[in-house]
Formats: sequence, C-alpha cells, structure tokens
Amino acid sequence: MKTDLSRRDFLKTGGALVVAFALAPDALGQAKPAPLPGSLNTNRMLDAWLRIDAEGTVTIFTGKIELGQGIGTALAQIAADELDVDLKRVRIVYGDTALTPNEGQTAGSQSVENSGTALRFACAEARDILVNAAAAKLGVAAASLKVNDGACTTLDGKTAAYWDLVADANLKREASAKVKPKPASEHRWVGKSVLRRDIPKKMTGGAAYVQDVRLPGMVFGRVVRPPSPGAHLVSFDEAAVKRMPGVIAVVRDGDFLGVAAQREEQAIRAREALKKSARWKESASLPPSGDALYEHLMTKAKSVDSVVSEKTSATAAAPAKTLNATYTRPFQVHGSIGPSCAVAQWGEGKLTVWTHSQGVFPLRGDLAKVFATDPANIHCIHAEGAGCYGHNGADDVALDAALVARATGGRPVKLQWMRDDEFQWEPYGSAMVMKLSGGLDAKGNVVNWTHEVWSHPHNNRPGGRDGVNLLASWHLEKSSNAPFPVDPPQPTGGGDRNSIPLYDFPNQKVVKHFLPEMPLRTSALRTLGGYANVFALESFIDELALAALADPVEFRLRHLKDPRARAVIEVAAQRAGWQANAKGDGERGRGFAFAKYKNLACYVAVVADVTVDRSSGKVRVVRAVAAVDAGQIVNPDGVVNQIEGGIIQSASWTLMESVRYDRTRVRTRSWADYPIIHFGDVPQVEVVLLDHPEDRFHGVGEGSQGPAAAAIANAVANATGRRLRALPFTPERVKQALA
Amino acid sequence: MADFTLRVNGAARRVSSVAPDTPLLYVLRNDLELNGPKFGCGLAQCGACTVLIDGKPARSCSVPVSAAAKGAITTLEGLGTIDKLHPLQRAFIEEQACQCGYCSNGMIMAAKALLDSNPRPSEREIKQALNEHLCRCASHNRIVRAVQRAAKEMA
Repeated sequence: MKTDLSRRDFLKTGGALVVAFALAPDALGQAKPAPLPGSLNTNRMLDAWLRIDAEGTVTIFTGKIELGQGIGTALAQIAADELDVDLKRVRIVYGDTALTPNEGQTAGSQSVENSGTALRFACAEARDILVNAAAAKLGVAAASLKVNDGACTTLDGKTAAYWDLVADANLKREASAKVKPKPASEHRWVGKSVLRRDIPKKMTGGAAYVQDVRLPGMVFGRVVRPPSPGAHLVSFDEAAVKRMPGVIAVVRDGDFLGVAAQREEQAIRAREALKKSARWKESASLPPSGDALYEHLMTKAKSVDSVVSEKTSATAAAPAKTLNATYTRPFQVHGSIGPSCAVAQWGEGKLTVWTHSQGVFPLRGDLAKVFATDPANIHCIHAEGAGCYGHNGADDVALDAALVARATGGRPVKLQWMRDDEFQWEPYGSAMVMKLSGGLDAKGNVVNWTHEVWSHPHNNRPGGRDGVNLLASWHLEKSSNAPFPVDPPQPTGGGDRNSIPLYDFPNQKVVKHFLPEMPLRTSALRTLGGYANVFALESFIDELALAALADPVEFRLRHLKDPRARAVIEVAAQRAGWQANAKGDGERGRGFAFAKYKNLACYVAVVADVTVDRSSGKVRVVRAVAAVDAGQIVNPDGVVNQIEGGIIQSASWTLMESVRYDRTRVRTRSWADYPIIHFGDVPQVEVVLLDHPEDRFHGVGEGSQGPAAAAIANAVANATGRRLRALPFTPERVKQALA
Repeated sequence: MADFTLRVNGAARRVSSVAPDTPLLYVLRNDLELNGPKFGCGLAQCGACTVLIDGKPARSCSVPVSAAAKGAITTLEGLGTIDKLHPLQRAFIEEQACQCGYCSNGMIMAAKALLDSNPRPSEREIKQALNEHLCRCASHNRIVRAVQRAAKEMA
C-alpha cells in the first residue's frame, strides 16, 4: 500500500503552490480571531486545506477519515465545485498527523458539516486568489474571465490555468471566509450521485485497508487479553512459547501480554499457547444481567443526576389520564466485520502508526502519554478499516501494536485482534433505562411529559485532558488511569441525546442519571444515547396516541410546529400509504416514528411493516419507508446508502442484539453468541429525500436508527396489541408478551 | 514445515516453509500478497475470507493450505481488474453495493459460484446463497441488486 506521502515529499515537490504544511497561526498575544465556518475556525490557514501543483493535481486535506461512509467522495465534490475543476483532478489526504488539519474525531455525523464547510470556504477563497492571479497575468479584469476545469480564459481566448500560476498565487495565508461559496444552482458535482471513489479498489482486491498495509521486514503480532475485566496475570510459560516456530518476542508488561512472530499463523498459535499456559486472578466485577441489570442501573449504580430540560405552564389543563412506561436497552457491540488492526514501527525513538482510528490526533496524544514522549515523536496515519460505527477497538489496537513493536528491533508489526478480542474488549454501547410518564388532557392532548434516562458514558474516546483512554494502558505495570468520564452536554447530549421531545408539550421535564462507573467499558456506538431515547420517546408517543384514541401520525402532527419535521412525517406517511387508525391483524402491523437527530441535524421519519410469527415469536421487518431532510444534499445516493444501512442495522439491534456476560466474564465471543441480521430477514427499504439546497449540510449517518427501532416497536404493537419495551425483541420475549 | 505449489487464479504459485495446517487465508494474504480474502472471524462464520476452490466457495480461514493445494483456487483478484472488471465487480460498483466494503470479497465470490451454477437466480436464491455472509453496514439490498444486475449482463 502506498503510504509514503510524507511531509518531506511535499517540501521536495518543486513549484507547488503550497510549500509547507501550515498550522493555525500562533495565537500567543493575539486577540481572539473572528470565527470562521466549520473546521476552518480551528485550522485557519488556506494551505492546510488544499494544494495545487504544477502538474494539475488538486490535493485536498481533511482531518476526517473515510470509513465507508463516503465522505472522501462528498468532500471532493464540494472542493471541485468551489474551485471549478474536474472531479478527477481532486486527490484527497485523510487524517494524518503530519499532513492534515486536526479535526478531532470523525464522529457525530459531522464530517460533511465540519470538514465540508471548511473546504467549501477554503476552496472558494482559493479560487478567488487564483482567478485574480490569472487576471493580473493576462492583463484583464478578473470578472471577465471564464473558468473551466482550472483554465481561466479571456474573452479573446487567452488562457492561464491554475497550474501555471503556482508561483503567482499565495495560499499560505489565513482564511477570511469572505468569498461567498457558489449558490446551489451553479453546482456541477454537489447534489449528484457521483460514484464513490473508494469502491473500485475494494471490489478488485486493491490495497484498501490497514489490513493491507505491508512494509519491508514486517512481522505479525497478537495480544492475549485477560479472561475478564479486572483480571491480573499471575504466571505464564514464557520459555515454551519462545521456543515455538517463528516467535520473535513475547511481551509482558503488567497484565498486558502480547507476542510477535515471523508469520501471522505463528503469532496466532503463540497466542493460543500463551492463553493456555497463563494463570489469571479473576474477580466477579460485572453487574447482574437480564432484567436485573436495569434495576441495578436505576437503584445501585452510582449516579450523577441533572435536569436536562424543564418547562412548565401555568395555563395548561391538568391531566385527565396519566401513563407510565419503562423501556430498556442492553449492552450492544459495534461488531465490525474486520477486527481492529494497526501497523506500528519504532525507529530512533519515534513511532509511526497506521491506524483506522477515527481521530489520529487524539490517538497520537494518548499514545504520547503512554510512551512519555512528545507528540511530535509520533506519526499517526489513517488507513481504512472495516466499518466501525463508532468507537471500537481501532485506537486500542494501535497501542497494542506499538507495545509489541518495541520488542521487534525496529521491524514493523501488524497486529490484528482476533474475533473474541473484539467482542470481549471493544467498548460497548451502554445499557440504558428510560422511564417515561405522560399526561393527557380531556381532549387527548399531551399536557405533561417526563423522561428519565439512566446510562453509562457514551464518549470515552482518546484525547481527554487527563488520563488515557486506551485499553492496554490500564493493564501495564506502570498503568495509566482512564480520564473521569464526561457525558457530552446538551445541545447534542450523550446518554440524554434525543431525550428532549421536539413536540410542544406545555409541561415537560427530562432528567439524566449519568452512571460514570463502568464495570463493562462503554463508549460511542452510533447515535450514542439517541437510539434508545428515540426508541422510548417514540414508542411512548404511540402509547399515548392509543390512549387518546388518536391516529399516531395525526397525534404527532398535532403536537408539532416545526414545518420541516411535519414535512418528513407527512411525506413518509404518504409514500408508505399510511391509513389512519388502521389496525393490525394479529400477525401483520405497521408502525410510525420520527426524530431529528440530536435535535439539530437531519430529520428522519420511518414507517415499518412487520410480521409476527405467533408460534415462534419471530418478528420480521418486511418493509421500511423513510423520509429524510438532511439540509443540502451533497451526494443523494450516499445519503440513501446511509439511511438504508442505518435502518437495517437498527432492525438487527432492535430484534436480535445483546451482549452476554456473567458476574465475571463476557460470554459473547463469536458471531454464534451474537447473531446479527442475515439476508433472509433484511427488509426492503425505500428512502425519499427532501432536498434543501439553500440550507447547510446536516449529517445523516445516525439519523435513522432511533426512528427505525421505534417504528418496529410500534408496528409490533399495532400487529399484536402487545407493547414490547425491552430491547431486543427476541422470539422468547415476543412469545412471553403474546402469552 | 513444507513447500507447496498452489494453483491461484490460473497461475502456479510456490510457497515455501509453511506448516501444512496453516489456514489458506494467511498464505494468500501474506505470502502471495493478495488483498481480496479478508480475516473476519477465523471461524468460518462471517464469509469475509471466501475464495473458490475448484469453483466452490470455501472459507479460506478454515481450509489448511495442504488441502487447498489439491485444487484450483480463485480469489477476487482472479475475477477481474480495475481496468478489466468482471461483470460482478462492475455491478457492485454501479450499484454502490457497499459502505465499508470489507465483506464485499465474500459476497462477490459467493455470487460468482452461484451464477456459475445458476445463471438466472431468483431474488430468493441470491439471498439463500449469501445468507451465511455477514454485512454489518447493512448493504444487503444493494448487494442483491448488484448480483441481479451482473446476472442480466452475463446472460
């Protein structure tokens, strides 16, 4: 895999517009600079975002990473449009601590919003600089030039192209964001379903992933994790493993145990032998499982309580009827198809890591703390991994590889987790409890609403100020501490994400019980708390609608003023052929749900059709229809792909998924212990896009999961008359509910 | 340790000093530097490592190299290249039938075996053929459409 796009190469490149990577200007002694759009605000130099060389290539730099969500293509579309160049000229460099802007994590469905906005303004300004340079060279007014694929042409046919102007135009300056980006009507690429640039090599066996990085002299590593959280290594047979074929090094540091071997299968065999001979001291540190877990979360776990939203009305009627319901969600995994992997190499005290981390800069910061070195001595380079859907083992395995690579005499180490490493040690999406209460007045309108949510943290990624969020760092002899967990505050929220209703209720109270202690490690899984909160909120709306003898769609609309929210609800209902007050027939049913992700990104409404096999208890989602308002759409097919995938993944979470564990060990080790949706059970999905080209970008990667879950729950209730409030809706649970 | 001559994508490939029980996957990926087959689970549960041996889909994470040496092995690379795509590869690109693409190798290889034996499969038959292949990004419907598109092109 070609990975040697080093800073030195850039410096060597003659005649480039940009001769050096530039960070934000030194803020020392300066007044606070004016805010700039998107990530330009924190990476303020134009040349941090793009480079044009004399050969006619435009290179754009993003601190975000490609993880199969298609941002590389979307960002290139934005850049090509603002610069007036052909899409084929645009090359992209993703998260690289030596080359790209620092944009923190690729998370929260914010890549197009943050990086795309920055690139849009940076490229608009760069175009202005280039066109003015062309005008000066050609001796005409800039406004008289026509620009086509970088060639600026005068009325009488004289031309200067961007690539001829590398000596005349200076992009090594702070962005002003004063050049207005193009209106949507002038876009050539944005708004089109351009084919994704990363797919052809993936379909033909090209080097596309960190797993495909091969370096001279590279050897293979594996780790031997403790059998349970909190276990301590007592003894193991180092000598016997060292004698095994191909074994280069056995690395033991405290409770961290790893191995390097010449060949991959030799490393795997050595891992097995180490596992067999290792003796560990274990303790029963895990919470109860099953229904007892939720009682434990509400009553036993240490809680930091806060009121997230409160609204009271002096004029609203007193409730004539009050409903209460408690919903639960278990621990769930990211479950990447490819286990986490990294390649690490040490040389002269410096560390290079190829990683599929979602944040190369935060990872570098945490690695620097573990190795007690300056971050400048560590170079983290993004290479794609399998889809991760949040914070999985990507960062942890980078430290594992770096630890093992210290023992290989400068030879690079490729270390991939085994499937059971990933299932047992990736941070989970937190188990959660949502307790709702709602009051209806005599007319059947909601007058009171409360939502309490109990949740462990959803955001324990690397990059915290104190401590280290990398698994192995806690196992080392000189161990690091994890930072004290912080839940992202509103308006985005973490455990309380999407817990505040968008509906207009006169009295409402939302309370968060943040449970910072994690017997099972948790962190960001797609939507954070949004999936479970929307599941609960939108299930409960249906319960109230039923109590008010109202149609679920009409009931939502009567409590909702936001015209864009109303529009997606109406379009989804219309496209699905929603029939007001239609009842299920005992085996078939239809459900509706809606959310605006984070209450500030895309609007998604979902209609789900399900079948319930009453004898086996199996629920199948047959069809889903979604209406989506994602603001301005860069790549319609990319949006559809995200929404389709989100709905189907959510169907899998909702019907099938929970982590198994006992009081000591995680028992989920393979796909046999953690089934996910198969082809035979995948619903047909239809997605309708409501484009708002005048608006900003709204991320869509996490918009559909919550509504899909609630729509399925509501459809099961519609079909059977029974309400399921505990995820997942396994056949056993369904049979129990129908009994 | 032993030496083997493997027939891979129509060519004889010599690999030396390999334990006979080494899973074929590691020989393909590391000795022959083929990226198509992927490590997913090592337990023949997910399908990411699928190759064809004598035209039949096999989970290369669970086939010893010594056994694989007896057959003709086809990997994703043997189907086509970026410049000369196999109809399945072209269909997966045109349908944008992936998000991350890590499972695509297995999907395409299983679909190849299906179309070789059943050139006009129904939607149900396609889903059956792929049912033991896991996709976490949930591109299932696109994958089915891509196989249908390729079948049409190849007919």
